[in-house]
Amino acid sequence: MGQRRFGTAEILLLLSILILVVVVAIPILLIFWNAFVVEGKPDFLRALALLKEPDTFEALKNSLVIAGGTTVLSTIIGVFFAWLVSRTDLPYKATMKVLFLVPFMLPSFIGALAWKILLSPRGGHINRLLMDLFHLEDPVFNIMSLGGIIAVETMYLFPFVFIQVSGALERMDPTLEEAARISGAGLFTITRRITLPLMMPSILAGALLVALYSLAHFGVPAILGTERNIFIIPTKIYEKIYASGGNFEAIRTGTMLSSILVLAAAAILYIQSLVLSSGRFQVISGKSMRPMVLKLRGLKWPLLILSVLYIAITVVLPTATIFLVGTLKTYGLAFRLENMTLDNFTYILFKWELTRDAIWNSFYLSLSAAAVTMLIGTLISYVLVKTKIRGKFLLEFLGVLPFSVPGTVIALGVILMWSGRFGINLYNTAWIIFVAYIARYMAFALKSTSAALEQVHDSLEEAARACGATKWQAMRDVVLPLIKPGMVAAFFLIFLPALRELTTSVLLYGPHTRTIGVAIYTLNEDGETVYAAALAAIALVIIMAGQLLIKRVTRAKIESA
Amino acid sequence: MATVTLSHVTKRFGGVTAVRDLDLEIQDGECFSMLGPSGCGKTTTLRMLAGFEDLDEGEIRVGDRVFSNSSKRYYLPPEKRDFGMVFQAFAVWPHLDIFDNVAFPLQIKGLSRAEIQTRTRRALEDTGLLKVQHAYPGELSGGEKQRIALARAIAINPQVMLLDEPLSNLDPKLREEMRFEIKDLQRRLGFTIVFVTHDQAEAMAISDRMMVMRDGVLQQVGSPIEIYERPSSRFVFSFIGLSNFLPVETREGATFVQGAPEAGPLAVVRPKGLPDAAWTLACRPTHIDLQAEGGLRGTVARRVYLGDLVEYRIRVGPHELRIQKGARHEVFQEGAPVGLTFRHYLGYPEG
Ligand SMILES: Nc1ncnc2c1ncn2[C@@H]1O[C@H](COP(=O)(O)OP(=O)(O)OP(=O)(O)O)[C@@H](O)[C@H]1O
Ligand SMILES: [Mg+2]
Repeated sequence: MGQRRFGTAEILLLLSILILVVVVAIPILLIFWNAFVVEGKPDFLRALALLKEPDTFEALKNSLVIAGGTTVLSTIIGVFFAWLVSRTDLPYKATMKVLFLVPFMLPSFIGALAWKILLSPRGGHINRLLMDLFHLEDPVFNIMSLGGIIAVETMYLFPFVFIQVSGALERMDPTLEEAARISGAGLFTITRRITLPLMMPSILAGALLVALYSLAHFGVPAILGTERNIFIIPTKIYEKIYASGGNFEAIRTGTMLSSILVLAAAAILYIQSLVLSSGRFQVISGKSMRPMVLKLRGLKWPLLILSVLYIAITVVLPTATIFLVGTLKTYGLAFRLENMTLDNFTYILFKWELTRDAIWNSFYLSLSAAAVTMLIGTLISYVLVKTKIRGKFLLEFLGVLPFSVPGTVIALGVILMWSGRFGINLYNTAWIIFVAYIARYMAFALKSTSAALEQVHDSLEEAARACGATKWQAMRDVVLPLIKPGMVAAFFLIFLPALRELTTSVLLYGPHTRTIGVAIYTLNEDGETVYAAALAAIALVIIMAGQLLIKRVTRAKIESA
Repeated sequence: MATVTLSHVTKRFGGVTAVRDLDLEIQDGECFSMLGPSGCGKTTTLRMLAGFEDLDEGEIRVGDRVFSNSSKRYYLPPEKRDFGMVFQAFAVWPHLDIFDNVAFPLQIKGLSRAEIQTRTRRALEDTGLLKVQHAYPGELSGGEKQRIALARAIAINPQVMLLDEPLSNLDPKLREEMRFEIKDLQRRLGFTIVFVTHDQAEAMAISDRMMVMRDGVLQQVGSPIEIYERPSSRFVFSFIGLSNFLPVETREGATFVQGAPEAGPLAVVRPKGLPDAAWTLACRPTHIDLQAEGGLRGTVARRVYLGDLVEYRIRVGPHELRIQKGARHEVFQEGAPVGLTFRHYLGYPEG
């Protein structure tokens, strides 16, 4: 291989670079270009002036408040429940641990829709109930506020922290705490001086994920904020692009806001890599996994009730609301059997073109995007992990990009790139959503396929070559079968989120290319609450089915291995 | 007074009985070793002493105070026991530097800054860590981490020190130094040591008394000499040093090797108290003499030089014996016939 200057490896490298450049790099560059270059000259002052305009400034501020509030609240709740299920004698710990992950499966914008139905100031069912019950003049709760948005986002994002911290607590060597105990330290001192500091990287990693997600998230603030003139960066971008009918100033503001999102995301990821790379926190033990368990004694059952109540309120209540509202003949009728019907579901599934299309679009878009992204991801990971050629650093740099591009930014980037400016116009077609999905989910594919490839030691491939297999045969018969589980995982990791996607597609949909998320969102905006809920209920069923399918597939994989 | 008393202590994990009906008294100021193969319950015993494991049966007392009692469900929490402990997996805190690791227990005790300083420095000096005191454990080797754990336990100067294989990761030279250091500290400060190891030589060297365990059951307690010279069972005999076991049979005052009567009678006396005519003769490799004529007849199967020693494998009928002699001793060729006489030996029931 060494003698040839241009072999298969080089072609693969070039191909990988080309794909990443077209799919990710150029769209991002276009965003920065549009934001900071006017008539061919860099112009940062005018960019800054735009940001100082009251409405954009307000959006920036709200973004900070919501992301900050959500992160702090999610961290507190996530750490608390993680500690509860892994360090105490809470009854039914194992079940509770699974239950705390359920909010993850619930799309947060569907949650927001439910909460709007329940807690909007005037019309919210719970508010009306409380006002009738206690003869109040004013509603008790207002979910359509900064605090409400923070609360709803926290409900569905805290599992990021929960997963990280409960995992770390379980892997932590329990004798680290015992050593402190035998030194005379009580539980409080141990928690403060040993456990919490040791958990800090995991807590931080989880918190940063929440911040990253919340900053780029569209659904909840769009459903709960827009009506009340509460905007954050992604919803502001959406408003600018739509309200203005694509005028240039609006797009520039959008690109500027997008640039801020990209920079913030990059900063968050950078901090995360710093935290994780410092080796001071390796607490994983090989032996004796017997964590110190705090006896809750009298608090045992109250804390279990609190946990169950939390799940009931954040998961069961909104889900039930969605299903119930989805059956109403007209919105506003009382939840009585004579007011309910299943016709809404048949209408949405089979008769109404808009929703039928949306379901179909979501299906084939996420299916094809998952398949293609997974294959491209495997190719790029292969070049990154398995080849040693010059110029790889370029690919390494490009490979980091997908991780730091929020969904809104990708949408704006593909609009700039694929609206005919460069000869190809995909606007209003499904193709533009397809390319956007590839860019958006590339990070997932890269992560799981490169992890799988790193497990395959070079010697395995070399052994095959030594037995006379060609490079291609070695690849097909040795490498591919070994990384197949990683590829399957990548596929589902993309397929399921894409199925419920809203943030990106809401900026890209055309008259016939609504996705499920977009359809629910627009139905809600048009006041079709019942149909929005019915479609959301169908989406929830599809998501549950998908989750079960994954479990099946991955379990079969493990058993056959 | 820190006499540690365990009475009828039993600990089960699901179906496994890790420790079974253990009765033990460890004297104040004594260095007591627990010896036994992997999984025999040493760590479990230590963790019950420390208060990390509840008892399924029995009681643990220190002096006249009850520390653990299973029937009363009373357990003094570990932090109130005033014990020091070195954990088998070190348990040094990765987020604290070495100095802070060692100082932590002293800070918990609420000592003055000056005292914390001097005691920590002293412990670091004793363990040879003073030079690296501001490094973090992540940057250190296994041996160094083990020394941090040791320094941390030494610094508190507890009434009882629980050491779970505290020297297993050190190189031989350092091991010997630390062994000496621990004994020296004990002499100075007078604490009781419970020392877990599965290295019998280490146990012999360090302990005043020791015990041997097997599958959670106590086999023998005694001074190192007692245990070495009079192991109470074949298992203890084999665990405590290199050993030969030869099945023999005594009839009418003459003892023959089973399966090899042609090798001739052995010049041994059948120990009293053995139930059957057939018994097992146990003997250390260094306690057998070789000679050209007479004795129990065998053949040199193999000869290996081990520096100062020569090791022979001698075939006697279907059996093989391992014998070690000084290198300057008379040399027998492989294949040559030799005679064996047993200087020291013990007898155990057959099987
Ligand atoms: N928490 C536990 N749960 C279940 N079984 C346990 C637990 N702790 C110990 N055991 C079992 O109890 C037995 C004794 O274990 P212990 O750790 O005391 O052995 P040990 O003598 O210290 O061995 P080693 O020399 O390998 O450290 C083993 O069979 C072990 O598997
Ligand atoms: Mg042990």
